[in-house]
Amino acid sequence: MLEVRDLAYRFPGAEAPVFEGLDFTIGAGEFVALVGGSGVGKSTVLRNVAGLIRPSSGKTASPQAAERGTRDTAFVFQDTRLLPWRRIRANVGYGLAGLGLSRSDKRARIDEVLTLIGMRDFGPRWPHAVSGGQAQRVGLARALAVHPRLLLMDEPFSAVDALTRQRLQDELLDIWRRLRMAVLFVTHDIAEAVYLADRVCVLRGAPAGIVFDEAVPAARPRRRNDPDLQAFAARVADHL
Amino acid sequence: MASGGNSGDARGSRALLRIGLGALGVAAFVALWDAAYVFNWAPRGTLPDPFAVPGALLAEWRNDRLLPAVGSSLVHYVWGLGVGTVLGFGVGLLSATSRVFDDAHYMLARILRPIPPLAWVVFAIAWFQVSHAGAAFVISIGVFWVNYFATAAGVRDVDPRYYELARAFGHGGFIKRVGSVTLPGAAPGILSGMRTGVGQAWMTLIAAELLGVPGMGQEMNAAAGVGAYDAVVVYMLAISLIYTLSDGVFALIEKRLLRWRP
Repeated sequence: MLEVRDLAYRFPGAEAPVFEGLDFTIGAGEFVALVGGSGVGKSTVLRNVAGLIRPSSGKTASPQAAERGTRDTAFVFQDTRLLPWRRIRANVGYGLAGLGLSRSDKRARIDEVLTLIGMRDFGPRWPHAVSGGQAQRVGLARALAVHPRLLLMDEPFSAVDALTRQRLQDELLDIWRRLRMAVLFVTHDIAEAVYLADRVCVLRGAPAGIVFDEAVPAARPRRRNDPDLQAFAARVADHL
Repeated sequence: MASGGNSGDARGSRALLRIGLGALGVAAFVALWDAAYVFNWAPRGTLPDPFAVPGALLAEWRNDRLLPAVGSSLVHYVWGLGVGTVLGFGVGLLSATSRVFDDAHYMLARILRPIPPLAWVVFAIAWFQVSHAGAAFVISIGVFWVNYFATAAGVRDVDPRYYELARAFGHGGFIKRVGSVTLPGAAPGILSGMRTGVGQAWMTLIAAELLGVPGMGQEMNAAAGVGAYDAVVVYMLAISLIYTLSDGVFALIEKRLLRWRP
């Protein structure tokens, strides 16, 4: 699905790269969490994969081109980044322009993902009239609407309260089970990473590299207090 | 329910009190003005009787001077405002989106900006003679600068994170980016500039017309020339009324366009 080879990125004007020599792959439908401390370059990896910035060296590649009417990757931002001057529906449909979809196709896509996030009736609202958790769901719906094969999520639940975060995590797992797109999920929360992902990668050092990359040894559905998960989380923490 | 009703009543009576006090303020001003007239505080014959103003209004209306003057002023106003707004918006947008254009024009803008619009009257007369186009030209200059600065600042203030969003979701091209992020994001600043222009245009309009282009400014000058200061006041009040109307209409448009704001 995604192959990252010898990826390095240096910020303009910086002496040393923030990370270098990154190698990892994500299989079709695989859920991978990328964990690391702040400033280690997790979000920058995601932006490289999304093509929002250009790697200093190395490359990220998806083997096939995106199908008609879809985008290869779609991005979910930590700060939701809904456009305040568009209603919820228009925000959800933002990525559908230029995909060759008819008006009714677009409408169907928007209805589909609004239903998926349980916000079917919220279409006509303005972003300022929804809660933080709902705004985060809308951000997810906007990404899902383009039927991405790889969903890129940048600490999407770190700005909401603990209860909402757990609910959003379970909703995400439910949606992922149904749609089976690959996910690259960046977070600094180890418990979140081991609860959600098939595989956890740890990014550490300066310049950073991947110092840990292992499958999560727990079947689904998982319980948050599963001792196997907690033991695995402790091992991940040792590498942070 | 009862408390809701009470607070509603309180708001209602506060609003009534405000209107009452406002009317009282106007009445006090008219009384002071009348005292100044009766006791000759101003040079003889230069201060009209406030109570003669309605009569003067009727006279201006009857001898068919008021409406044509208003119509003529509106022609200058609409053209000057329209041309100044469109050009100011366009150049402002260009300066905030094109680095090369910004570099190429900033010095020129620094040089031209401090020149008051009315200083251009000399050239307005030289190029357009005493004509509608001359008056509109002078008006458009003031409106241009207001819109130019408001648009450029509004566009520069758009949160750059929205541009990243635009690129991530297929709106990275110039047209799509400007249409989906730049313009709506800068709209509050752009519209407040346009609204300032709507007022600014009236300020320069009258001065431009004092030169003799037909319109309210010229009527005021003519009336003052024959000592008909009550007619001058009629035109002043007409300007006030038309400004209030145009600003009110624009405020409605602004509110509608920015209804996405909380």
